[in-house]
Amino acid sequence: MTDFLQLVFSGLATGSIYALAALGFTLLWQAAGTINFAQGEFVMLPAFMMLGFLSFGAPLPLAFVLTALVSTVVLGWAFKKAIVDPLFKYGMMQIVVATIGLSIVLKNAMRAGYSAEAHPFPSLFTDKLFNVAGVNISTGDIGTVVCALLVVFATQAFLSKTVTGRAMQAVAQNTESASVLGINVPRMIFYTFAINAVLACVAALLVTPVYLAKFDMGDSLGTKAFFAAIIGGFNNSRGALLGGLIVGVSENLAAAYISPAYKDAVALVVFMVVILFRPQGLLGKKEERKV
Amino acid sequence: MKKHLLALIVLAVILFLPPFLKNYGIYMFTTWLIYVIATMGLNLTVGFAGQKSLGHAAFFGIGAYTVAIAMKAGISWWLGLPAAMALCFVIGLILGFPALRVQTIYLAFATLGFNTAVWLVMRNEEWLTGGTFGFNGIPRPEIFGYSLKDSLPYYYFVLAVAAIAIGLLWCLLRSPWGKAFQALRDNPIRAESLGIDTRNYTLLSFAIGAVFAGLAGVLFGSLVDFIEPAPFAVGASIMMYLMVVVGGAGYFWGPLLGALVGMVVPEWIRDVFPTLANWYLPIFGTVVILMMVWLPDGLMSIPDRIKAKRQAREASAARQAASVAVEAKP
Repeated sequence: MTDFLQLVFSGLATGSIYALAALGFTLLWQAAGTINFAQGEFVMLPAFMMLGFLSFGAPLPLAFVLTALVSTVVLGWAFKKAIVDPLFKYGMMQIVVATIGLSIVLKNAMRAGYSAEAHPFPSLFTDKLFNVAGVNISTGDIGTVVCALLVVFATQAFLSKTVTGRAMQAVAQNTESASVLGINVPRMIFYTFAINAVLACVAALLVTPVYLAKFDMGDSLGTKAFFAAIIGGFNNSRGALLGGLIVGVSENLAAAYISPAYKDAVALVVFMVVILFRPQGLLGKKEERKV
Repeated sequence: MKKHLLALIVLAVILFLPPFLKNYGIYMFTTWLIYVIATMGLNLTVGFAGQKSLGHAAFFGIGAYTVAIAMKAGISWWLGLPAAMALCFVIGLILGFPALRVQTIYLAFATLGFNTAVWLVMRNEEWLTGGTFGFNGIPRPEIFGYSLKDSLPYYYFVLAVAAIAIGLLWCLLRSPWGKAFQALRDNPIRAESLGIDTRNYTLLSFAIGAVFAGLAGVLFGSLVDFIEPAPFAVGASIMMYLMVVVGGAGYFWGPLLGALVGMVVPEWIRDVFPTLANWYLPIFGTVVILMMVWLPDGLMSIPDRIKAKRQAREASAARQAASVAVEAKP
């Protein structure tokens, strides 16, 4: 039983990071109809940026803030201007293919231009083990879960409580009515991209101490974020959190009780079950087929 | 006329150039043909039937591994080949089922996940697939007692197989079946209301595409004579998808160009300019992004583009002439 609890808990830590990336995914999809295949690379890039700032002697919090600023410009504004805006009129698959291209560019340029090695990354939390009722819990895991959940809930609160957040939701639900109501649609869409970039930075900050900074660290993260988003429900931002946690926990349990070699297949199995029985996701609303 | 001339030149190069090349050059040509077969199958699924598949390399691998395992067990290559193709057909049918429930990006990720699963089996089930070490020494087949061990005879053998496969695909797409695939792509609900069994055609588009990949995989295994899970991973599927898109999805000959740009050019650069080799993929990715903006229908759409532009110019000139004529009349 204690083993089980321990596995669940460390699964929650991984899952909350998936949830961060998945939340960015769903926000982009809702507001801008964009599926970002480079989501994993959007986590990899800030990780290296932070390492860069650290090597100049900046402390970790400062490095994070600077990286978040740069990311908002590069992964938010420039990504929107250069790739999403020109392709928006063609439809979703065009954007998908372009972001696949972008993912190849970022990954391989990082490998060719900087390094193919894995780089260690400092952790935010000092590593200490607690023993609660026989379950060993590390401060790293607690910190990760708490940080990730805080960020997810803060994002949700921003979206549902503030005027700007509600305007963003209005744009996501019905772009035309939103613009009729006097909402500055392009700006709201840009905010979504900016939030996605910042979420990716937070994910990078939390995940890199464990995964290490490497050019291909985004590969599995991006796919799992997507699976998590679908499992939870693509048109519901709470779904991303649920999906991320489900994927993280079930992966951990499967690795321990079934086979560690097939850990990466777990997200897929859950995903298949969900799309076969509830294609709109666990918390999603159904969409009708149109001619 | 220009088109026929170009086709003749390409045909002449394919038929007569390889004997003058070194082994490596022949190897490149063979690789190219193999990827053309595979991506032509994917073009059927993606370009003609309008489905999404990021799991094509899995079938490529299933083909390669089936023959390798069969030959390990002492079964002839010529029995392994149909077995591999049949297996790919069946698994392709099964993979088609999610496509009946979900579309577009959901389907893309379902197939991507399928590819991951197949790759994990190849990597983990050492008793069956040799795990990360893979299989060594997959012999090349004999035909009518004539050995295909040398690279040139094997090239011509692959060429013959490719010609048959491409010919069959051509016939399929000309037939009513082929038209039904395209109807499925252009408007699935309309196709359904016209009495096309969209269910069967969706499944078949996956299964037939998979058979092509399986065939290519069999040829690939014998070509490189060593297989391991890496060339059949998700990244390879994504590359195949990009090859189809870059060549021109839904253009029959698109994969010829796609496989050239996606497979042969990078290998050639690795050989000729080794310093540039690492930068090929970033450049390729950039080209893909730029193409999505300026040439979303792929390289094969360039002639159509030029034609459409010329027609538009002529039409506007004609309109102008007409309006001048109208104004000139009092």
